[in-house]
Amino acid sequence: MMNPNASRFPAWLGPVALLAVAYGVLPIVGSSYLFEAILTPFLALSLAAVGLNLLTGYAGQVSLGSAAFMAVGAFAAYNFNLRLPGLPLLMSLVLAGFVATALGVVFGLPSLRLRGFYLAVSTLAAQFFVQWALTKFSWFSNNNPSGVIDAPSLSIFGLSFDSSIGRYLFALTIVVVLAWLAQRLVNTQTGHNFIAVRDNELAAKVIGVPVLRTKLLAFAISSFVIGVAGALWAFAYLRTVEPAGFNLDRSFQVVFIIIIGGLASIRGAFFGAALLVVFPLILSRLGSFLLGDHFDSGVLDMTQHIVLGALIIFFLIAEPDGLVALWDRLKKRLLPIPNNP
Amino acid sequence: MTSTSALSLKRAPAGATAETSEFGRKELRTFPEAASSEPLRLESITLAFGGVTALKDINLAVAPGEIRAIIGPNGAGKSSLLNVISGIYRPQHGLVWIDQQKFARVPTQKLARLGIARTFQNLALFKGLSVLENVVIGRAAVRHANFVEQIVGLGRARREQADAQRRAEEIIDFLDLRAVRNRWAGTLPYGLQKRVELARALVARPKILLLDEPMAGMTATEKQEMTRFVRAAREEFGTTVILIEHDIGIVMGLSDRVAVLDHGRKIADGPPAEVQANQAVIDAYIGVPHDDEPEDAYA
Amino acid sequence: MLMPDFDFLFFAEVLVGGLLAGVMYSLVAIGFVLIYKTSHVLNFAQGSMVLLAALTFVSLLERGVPFWASLLLSLAVMVLLGLAVERTVLRPLVNKPPITLFMATLGLSYVIEGVAQLVWGTQVHGLDLGIDDKPFEVAGILISKFDLVAAGIAAAMVALLTGFFRYTRIGLAFRAAADDQLAAFAVGLRLPRIWAATWVAAGVVSLVAGLLWGARLGVQFSLSFVVLKALPVLVLGGFDSILGAIVGGLLIGAGEKLSEVYIGPFFGGGIESWFAYVIALMFLLVRPAGLFGRKLVEKA
Repeated sequence: MMNPNASRFPAWLGPVALLAVAYGVLPIVGSSYLFEAILTPFLALSLAAVGLNLLTGYAGQVSLGSAAFMAVGAFAAYNFNLRLPGLPLLMSLVLAGFVATALGVVFGLPSLRLRGFYLAVSTLAAQFFVQWALTKFSWFSNNNPSGVIDAPSLSIFGLSFDSSIGRYLFALTIVVVLAWLAQRLVNTQTGHNFIAVRDNELAAKVIGVPVLRTKLLAFAISSFVIGVAGALWAFAYLRTVEPAGFNLDRSFQVVFIIIIGGLASIRGAFFGAALLVVFPLILSRLGSFLLGDHFDSGVLDMTQHIVLGALIIFFLIAEPDGLVALWDRLKKRLLPIPNNP
Repeated sequence: MTSTSALSLKRAPAGATAETSEFGRKELRTFPEAASSEPLRLESITLAFGGVTALKDINLAVAPGEIRAIIGPNGAGKSSLLNVISGIYRPQHGLVWIDQQKFARVPTQKLARLGIARTFQNLALFKGLSVLENVVIGRAAVRHANFVEQIVGLGRARREQADAQRRAEEIIDFLDLRAVRNRWAGTLPYGLQKRVELARALVARPKILLLDEPMAGMTATEKQEMTRFVRAAREEFGTTVILIEHDIGIVMGLSDRVAVLDHGRKIADGPPAEVQANQAVIDAYIGVPHDDEPEDAYA
Repeated sequence: MLMPDFDFLFFAEVLVGGLLAGVMYSLVAIGFVLIYKTSHVLNFAQGSMVLLAALTFVSLLERGVPFWASLLLSLAVMVLLGLAVERTVLRPLVNKPPITLFMATLGLSYVIEGVAQLVWGTQVHGLDLGIDDKPFEVAGILISKFDLVAAGIAAAMVALLTGFFRYTRIGLAFRAAADDQLAAFAVGLRLPRIWAATWVAAGVVSLVAGLLWGARLGVQFSLSFVVLKALPVLVLGGFDSILGAIVGGLLIGAGEKLSEVYIGPFFGGGIESWFAYVIALMFLLVRPAGLFGRKLVEKA
């Protein structure tokens, strides 16, 4: 957002370079393991974190129910795709986003009266209700007896994106577009309204920021993004659509991502997601290396839990602005800045 | 850093167009034609919470373009008065008249549209925004483009942004904040933060400006500068100012009329010299209790 | 469908069952209230503390440690935990906004859960406290003896805590620290000590809750989910009121059971998982500070 330090590189260089690598280099050198186990889930989670960051990081409305909206997005996309034959896949995704938006507005209404913990608790209502509804009413799962459904094949304009590279590129494009729009949003007056409502709701009200509308808008936009992220999670990564993966743990995971990555930062969502996706893999490698047979999946699970929790506490204490702040500091030290006027 | 350039909109800031100076002159022209009616009047305002009566039957009239000070010992109800005017508290009794419109409770969300802006005692800047962004957001009430238009960045959204930015830059020049305009608002020293809050209030070109202890915690130099800015605001924009202030010297020099509150009641109202000599006022400040007040009224 | 001759006995049974279940919720909620009352932190880790307490106790018992020794050792563990948490997590975050502290307790809950299961293992343990769970009849209604004992223990705890807060000097100090930290500090109250003491107290409450819940559900990971039931209770009763925790617990417990029996069938059952939240939510919209919570005045 604010960059009082001019660097000798133009601002667009970083993102363009990244995109070049993401589109041009990785598909050539990457293995399918890289795409399937690391990059695609990373992309989906990053998008969910972008969505949550808009709501919690920028607008200050705490939500512990993100997974519910991911679930809504996934199931809605599946149902639109299934029941409206001929509907393009992208359209299903957009419509799914809108369904998530509608739910987001409904569950966001309490934010007009509640703050802080109370709001957090009310978002849990969304989490539990949605999980229950999706499991209870088999219509959502197309009356499939096991409740687990396969995600549809990904084809856009006749091109199939069903390979691991294809799914990666599909997710990548959607994430890039939405993240770019989100970045633009936070720099508009609406984005600043979010921040104003977060920092001092009363003052915002007094100067004429439409507080109620701003809060609901934050819920609406955030839910849309999170819904699409959920659809991506199911369609591009898991390749199944089921309520189980969208539980409270997932909601907490997204919250952890934005705390670790950096609240009120679009980039932060990516940093946090990267850490959260990569670290269990590193941990399991490290664990089996160090402890050999003693290191079973149970131990891995628990260790992950502990390290994650400790990381959260660490970041909250030592670096409340998250990984982005660490990164910016590192950059400043490594790339010397020309003298400021 | 001299302020000769800051005080006058007539000399357009660097980079401004002829449009700007015309705009500035237009504002000045409206001042002498100010409405003969009072922009603000409080009628029999009574406010109580939890058994404590903060304001008892307050009547206050404010003339257009005047600088009205509200003073009184701690706990007298001064901030409560501003909070009633800005609709943050609902008085149990009484009416607030804003430009011929009467309110039992002023709708806070519509305050800007009613032409009222205020600053807060404990600073209410948006720490997540820069100085410039804080001032720009002061125009929030007149921004009508929706978020899609803003993301696209054309047409109405672009015009509104350009307009808001231009006005913000003007006020920033006016209040000598040029040097810090890109800093995070929360990183500034206290005195400058107060000035930024004033800028944010002024950018909306309010008819009435409520200042809640704008000089609190400032050094003598800072206070002098703030006084200059408040006077200049009245001069340049014709703003009516109501300010709460503890520094009697400032109050006497700056204000046209002074209202004195004590224990929620108005005990004096008039030109500064008159109020200063008023025995009831002197008693209040020294702490001489009056018959009808309990000893622990300050609780 | 409601039958023409409404089965009052059944209703009473469900009601009583719900009320008693609610008492169990209150037990957990009280732990939250203790911490919130003095340090304004909503301790999400309370559930994991319940789990740790129960696991420690039951694991010691299974290793042959006698009942009272296990109890005391578990108590010691909870005390140490409380002190450690205050020192390492709370103190560094002392001036941060409450939501930050809440997030920290979220992280803390992950740590405690992980450690508890890493040390004691992840299997389910049965827990026998020697309380017979034979239902007995009162005026035609079946009541569980276990529930009654739990209610009795909860009542005793509430009485003790209320008395403590109101009538002892230390209790007064706790309340002062909650009311105005700066003033309490200025008057000479040692805040870190007070916070540490509250966490210890919360740990003790966790132990009691853990034992009772563990006896009822078995000691297993899902025990930490009781925290999720306690939240609507807190919302209803206010975060800083022990009485509110009790009343809230009773209301939620009764509401949940009654709604499951009478409304549930319309939805195909299973609404217990979220109904409590809906009740709490409806309530919040009318009274944003809960039944007994202190109303927060928005200051300019």
